Amino acid sequence: MATATVAARLGLEGVVYMGADDIERQAPNVYRMKLLGASVVAVESGSRTLKDALNEAMRDWVTNVEDTFYIIGTVAGPHPYPAMVRDFQSIIGREAREQILQQAGRLPDALVACVGGGSNAIGLFHPFIDDESVEMYGVEAAGDGLETNHHAAPLCKGRVGVLHGNRTYLMEDANGQITETHSISAGLDYPGVGPEHAWLKDSGRANYVAVSDSEAMQGFHDITRLEGIIPALESSHAIAYAQKLAAIIGTDGIMIVNLSGRGDKDIQTIAKIEGVEI
Amino acid sequence: MSRIEKRFESLRNSGRKGLIPFITAGDPVTDITVPLMHAMVDAGADLIELGIPFSDPMADGPVIQKANQRALSHGTSLHDVIEMVKQFREKDEATPVLFMGYLNPVEAMGYEEFADAAQQAGVDGLLLVDLPPEEASEFNELLYQRDIDPVYLLAPTSTPQRMEIVSLEARGFVYYVSIRGVTGSAALDYDEVRQSISEIRQHTSLPVGVGFGINSPESAVRIGESADAVVIGSAIVRMMENYGGEKQIVINAVSDFLRGVREALDTSSQA
Repeated sequence: MATATVAARLGLEGVVYMGADDIERQAPNVYRMKLLGASVVAVESGSRTLKDALNEAMRDWVTNVEDTFYIIGTVAGPHPYPAMVRDFQSIIGREAREQILQQAGRLPDALVACVGGGSNAIGLFHPFIDDESVEMYGVEAAGDGLETNHHAAPLCKGRVGVLHGNRTYLMEDANGQITETHSISAGLDYPGVGPEHAWLKDSGRANYVAVSDSEAMQGFHDITRLEGIIPALESSHAIAYAQKLAAIIGTDGIMIVNLSGRGDKDIQTIAKIEGVEI
Repeated sequence: MSRIEKRFESLRNSGRKGLIPFITAGDPVTDITVPLMHAMVDAGADLIELGIPFSDPMADGPVIQKANQRALSHGTSLHDVIEMVKQFREKDEATPVLFMGYLNPVEAMGYEEFADAAQQAGVDGLLLVDLPPEEASEFNELLYQRDIDPVYLLAPTSTPQRMEIVSLEARGFVYYVSIRGVTGSAALDYDEVRQSISEIRQHTSLPVGVGFGINSPESAVRIGESADAVVIGSAIVRMMENYGGEKQIVINAVSDFLRGVREALDTSSQA
């Protein structure tokens, strides 16, 4: 969406590679990108999701490198993309930090954000990294459950490897082949994660946890009904974990939960899962 | 002296151009690979480039992507590919074998374990598309000690600085990518290839092999006018798509094609 928007604004040709499965799952976003004038290319190879779209975008890039700029919306990939995307996304954490200090007069006890590639999470976390009293929780997609292999939780269950030009935690088999992932949310359905999250995990500065598809669905419904906010399925993972964490932190605690996206785009997926016709 | 160096030396002495066919190991079935390697040598191959299947072959076009998927569909692992070279060496001590692939399977096996196993099996070179030379020095030490040559890609977009780095790290030969893009795509610009090769030769004394986009005896001859060797991949791998259960039919088709290229190269270098 951001790429299509900026291409329209600058009068550039925008080509968006998207897994064929994701095109189906994110139909409203695809329509918006087309309205903005971008061409959306369905990627049929591999698992037909984000990782395959990344492969295909890189193939396009090396073919047309003289007149093409590669854009990725997450903090994964070859240097300097993870650093660039983090710096842009850090506006989230900078504003959140300023606002919480204004409104609560102190730093929060915890930050919670969903992690697929990890851009919204690093954007929130980064300005707080030196604030040691602030706990950080990155929430991965446990899909059908971490014990099932149908998940997208490389930080919780993966191994260190190299993919798409960065060394990080990956979902892979014993032979180093990247395995297919599963999540109800397209944005979390990626077998890798930004390398800075791998570093925050190894250094112990951030905690990485996972919630399942069904927990995320419950989080989605709860915040919709209680707050009047329809969150993206990605962000619903953060909400589901925040509900668990709230019980520990208590009523005096302060927690910032990043709502990284709106749920409009997911309405069809949710209705389909719940057997509702719209 | 590594097998690759020896082979390029003897090519130079006899005034011939090297012919390097590429196949993906285990494509389309496991037990075709070793007989196919022998058949390709009989048809005139000077060096064999053997692809290590990977789930995410980012630098490959659709033909070799599918070959990777076929090989992975029956679980061809890096261990299996090393085992194939061991079998190949039972009958062929002379023909160099270059591994081509991506870093993660090697990373998963472990650098030292890989280097040992590859040396024992008789692997002669390693081209890992997503291990840039700037990051490879430590690993390359392990390879140099075992007479395994790290081979690097240079592209039309490579800067003189990058050619310099590659010339420091590379052994055996330098692999020039003749097009902007992935394997098996686009049309060749022979003049550009000629110019790039002469620029590369200002940075390195290693032989230069050229690949990506060579698909016929004619294109091989044109490239051979300036390169020391030609690499042919997608044109061969495409023949695997027609595999219907009869290994010999595919092997014969590849052999016939390679013989045609071999004859064309030899005729033109004598002329």
